[in-house]
Amino acid sequence: MSSLTLHDVRFVEPEATRNYITQDYGALSWLFTKDHKRIAILYLISITALFILGGFFAVVMRIELLTPEGDLLTSDTYNKFFTLHGIIMIFFFLIPSIPAVLGNFLLPLMLGAKDLAFPKINLLSWYLYIIAAVMGLYIIITGGVDTGWTFYTPFSTQFSNTHVFGVTFAAFIVGFSSILTGLNFLVTIHRMRAPGLTWFRLPLFVWAMYATSIVQLLATPVLAITLVMLMFERVVHVGIFDPALGGDPLLFQHMFWFYSHPAVYIMILPAMGVASEVVAAFTRKKIFGYQFVAYSSLAIAFLGFLVWAHHMFVAGISVYSAMIFSFLSYFVAVPSAIKVFNWTATLYRASVSLMTPMLYILGFIGLFTIGGVTGLFLAAIGLDVHVTDTYFVVAHFHYVMVGGAVMAYMAGLHYWWPKITGRMYPEWWARLAALLVFAGFNLTFFPQFVLGYLGMPRRYHAYAPEFQVLNVMSTAGASVLAVGYALPLCYLLWSLWYGRPAGPNPWGAVGLEWTTASPPPMENFHETPVVTWDAYDYPAMMKAMGETQNV
Amino acid sequence: MADVTTTEINHSEHAPHVHITPMWIYLTVFFALAVGTVLTVAASRFDLGMWNTPIALVIATIKAVLVILFFMHVIHSPRLTWVVVIASFLWLGVLFVLMFADYLTRAWNIY
Ligand code: HEM
Ligand SMILES: [Cu+2]
Repeated sequence: MSSLTLHDVRFVEPEATRNYITQDYGALSWLFTKDHKRIAILYLISITALFILGGFFAVVMRIELLTPEGDLLTSDTYNKFFTLHGIIMIFFFLIPSIPAVLGNFLLPLMLGAKDLAFPKINLLSWYLYIIAAVMGLYIIITGGVDTGWTFYTPFSTQFSNTHVFGVTFAAFIVGFSSILTGLNFLVTIHRMRAPGLTWFRLPLFVWAMYATSIVQLLATPVLAITLVMLMFERVVHVGIFDPALGGDPLLFQHMFWFYSHPAVYIMILPAMGVASEVVAAFTRKKIFGYQFVAYSSLAIAFLGFLVWAHHMFVAGISVYSAMIFSFLSYFVAVPSAIKVFNWTATLYRASVSLMTPMLYILGFIGLFTIGGVTGLFLAAIGLDVHVTDTYFVVAHFHYVMVGGAVMAYMAGLHYWWPKITGRMYPEWWARLAALLVFAGFNLTFFPQFVLGYLGMPRRYHAYAPEFQVLNVMSTAGASVLAVGYALPLCYLLWSLWYGRPAGPNPWGAVGLEWTTASPPPMENFHETPVVTWDAYDYPAMMKAMGETQNV
Repeated sequence: MADVTTTEINHSEHAPHVHITPMWIYLTVFFALAVGTVLTVAASRFDLGMWNTPIALVIATIKAVLVILFFMHVIHSPRLTWVVVIASFLWLGVLFVLMFADYLTRAWNIY
C-alpha cells in the first residue's frame, strides 16, 4: 500500500467509492456471493418474508378468538395455524434473526476482519435455510401440520395424519443452518480478531454471539437426533417413544427440551448483546460492569442447559427430579438479572438520547424483565401446576420472545440500518412505530396473563364466554401491533431511496464498525485496523472531542 | 496489507504444524476396531443378564475413543481442540445425568 504512485491512486480512487452493494450487479452476484454482508441481506429478506407469513397465521388466530365460539376456523385448521405460527416464528424467524442478519453483517466489522472464517459455509447455511423454508411452504400449501411446534409424541408419531415427517425434516435441515452459523462465528471470534483486539476489548455484542454460538453448536445436534428418531418411529415403527414398542413418550420431551430450553437463549442472548451496544451508544457511557455482563452471557449459555424439565412438571416426571429442575431454573435468572441491573446502572444519571433504537431497548429491558419474572413464577412447581398449558404460559414466552427478542432485533435493525444501507431511516415515523409496537404488544399480551390465571387453556379455538372481554382487548392490541410492524417495513424500504445519506458514523458511536464507510466496502476495511482502546471508550472520545472544540 | 490467512496465522496461539501419522498406527487402530466389532457380536450371543448393555456400551465407548483420538487426530491437536472435545462429552453427561435423575427416581413416590 505504501508504494502507491500517483498513477495508481488515480485508478484506485473510483474503487474506493464502491461498496458491497455496488461492487457487482445481477441476481447471480448475490446468489453466489461469499460476502458476509450480502449473505446478511439475503437472510434479512428471507426472514422478513417468513415473519410476514408467521404474522398472517397469528392475525387469523386473533380474529378467531374475538368470539367465544369457534366460528372462523375449524378446530383442525386452528391446530394447524398455531403449529405453523410457532414453527415459522421460532425456527425460521427468531432463531436466525439477530445472529444471521445482524451477526453476519457485524461480526467481521466489529472484529476488524474481512469476512467470517468460512465464507462458503456461511452461504451454505443460507441455502439450507432456504431449502427448509421451501419445504415448509410446500407443506403449508399441501395441508400443513397440527402437532404444535413441540412435536410431542405419541400424537406426532402415532395419531396425527398431517405432514409431520416433512415438517420435522425441514426443522432438521434448518437446524443445520443454525449449527453452521454458530460454528462459523466461534471460529471467527477465536481466529480473526484484529491486532490488539483482546477478549476484554470485544464489544458485548460479540460476547453474546459467542455464547449463542456455543449453545447453537451443543444443543442443535440433539434436536436433530430427536427429530430423526421421531421420523424413524413414525415411518418404520422403531420403538423409541411408543410404550407399546418398549419406548417412553417422555424421552421425547426430555430430548426436545434439552434443545429447546437452550434455544430460548439462542433467541434472547443476541438480543441482550444488541441491548448492550445500544445502551452504550445512547448514553455515551461504558457499560457498567462490562466483565460481569460478558461472563453472564457464558453463564446463561451454561445454566440454560440444566433446567429443561421445567417444561415437563405435569407430564409425569419424577417429583424429585421436578424439584431439582425447579431449583436449577431459579439459577438461570441470576445472570439475566445481572445484565438488567448493569444496563440500569449504566442508564443511571446518564443523559439518555431517546432515538428509536434506544426506545426499543428501553421497551426490551422492561418487557424482558416481566417475561423473566413470570418465568420464575412458572418455575415454581405449585404455581405451574395451576397455570401450565394456559394463556399464562403464552403470555410469559411472548413477553420474552416478542417483547424481548423481537424488540431488540428492531432496535438493532434501526441502529445499524445506516451502516447496512448507508441511509438514515425517518426518525419521526420510526419513533411512532416503536411506541405503537410497545403499546400494541402490552395490550395484546398483558390480558393473556390474566386469562391464563383465570384458567383459559391455550391451543383451543373456542372458549368460555366470560373470557371474551380480555380476548377482545388482546385482538385489539394485536391490530395495533400489526400496524407497528408494518410501518417499519414501509419506511425502511422508502429510506433506501429517499433516506438522508448517513455517513460513516451517524450516532457518533465507538466501535470498529463505525470507522468504515456506510455501506462498507467489500473488504470492510481498506487497512486492517489496530485496536488500542477498550470497548465503549466513550469517556475518552468525549474528552478528545471536548479538546478539539476548545482548540 | 495482510491477507486473511496471514492474519490468521499471526493470531493463532499454535502455529499450524502438520503431524503425519505413520501408516502402522492407522492399521493397528483399524485392527483394534475390527476386534471390537467381533467382540460386540460375540458378546451378543451370550445372555449376561444385567451386564448385556454395559458390556456393549464399554466396547462401543472404547471404539469411539480410538476413532476420536487417532482417526480424528485429536491426540495431536492443540489444547483448544481438547477443550472442545471434552466439553462436548461433559454436555452429553449433563443430558444423561439429569435425564436419569428423572428415570431412576420416578417410581420412588409410587412404591
Ligand atoms: C428467567 C428465565 C426463565 C425461566 C425461569 C423460564 C421458565 C419457564 C417455564 C417454567 C416454562 C414452562 C411453563 C409451562 O409450560 O407450564 C416456560 C415456558 C416457555 N418459555 Fe420460559 N423461562 C425463562 C426465560 C425464557 C426466555 C428467555 C424465553 C425465550 C426467549 C422463554 C421461552 C419460553 C417458551 C417458548 C415457553 C413455552 C414453550 C411451550 O410450551 O410451547 N423463556 N418458561
Ligand atoms: Cu424453558
